[in-house]
Amino acid sequence: MLAQNIAFGLLAAAAVLAALKVVTTQNVVHAALYLVVVLSSIAALFVLLAAEFVAITQILVYVGAIVVLFLFGIMLTRPTLGRSPDLDNNQRPAAAVTALFLLGVLAFSLIDAFEDDELPEVGGTAASVAVASGTRPVGDAIFSTYLVPFEVVSVLLLAALVGAIVLARRD
Amino acid sequence: MLVNQFLLLGAALFAIGVYGVLARRNGVLVLMSIELILNAVNINLVALGALRDDPAAVIAGQVFALFVITVAAAEVGVGLAIVLLIYRNRTSVDLDEVDLMKG
Repeated sequence: MLAQNIAFGLLAAAAVLAALKVVTTQNVVHAALYLVVVLSSIAALFVLLAAEFVAITQILVYVGAIVVLFLFGIMLTRPTLGRSPDLDNNQRPAAAVTALFLLGVLAFSLIDAFEDDELPEVGGTAASVAVASGTRPVGDAIFSTYLVPFEVVSVLLLAALVGAIVLARRD
Repeated sequence: MLVNQFLLLGAALFAIGVYGVLARRNGVLVLMSIELILNAVNINLVALGALRDDPAAVIAGQVFALFVITVAAAEVGVGLAIVLLIYRNRTSVDLDEVDLMKG
């Protein structure tokens, strides 16, 4: 239990610090690389929550595909790499106040609603969690209970693919 | 572990993402901030699924997180295509200059 909490603390600190760097750094490529740190920390947090399949998917899709896509986007839209002072607009104080206010409201309502609710211990006495974790039940659920949403998502992906090609094509 | 650890981390990442969307004017960086927001929601989905001692709820949380990851991939694809189009038309991805709709 203690080890899990230490791991959570380290991963959460890494995720929050790297996320702050993503939104404050003055170098676009560094922002993409800090995003890798955030996404990997969140994948490790999914492992802490006994969601291995989501963790692996997070690594494959986000770190493997989306960040590469971002790097391509950066390369195609910036003539020079390196620091650039024009990444932020002039509403930073207002944005910071909005974000802090939002965080305050969310934190207050979460602490008010969930107080000290414990997660069931993974692989412990909670038999149902031990049964449910792992990839097989997730796959079974996707292709039975959630079959219709799964098909809808695949059509959405196809539409997004076609749309992206149509938008980016030079004709 | 408390469920609130994960939910508060999600709230913090969400707020950071909102700050990024509001304060950045580079189109690619705004898309990155949106990714932060979507990831915060994923943490919440998986954590709240695990909170209830019920296999169906655990799986529902994980499956919804997977769907969100898929939709995020689609969103980045289309979003970057749009940013690329803006760059091609204006040779800049500064979103403050995209103000044709401004009165």
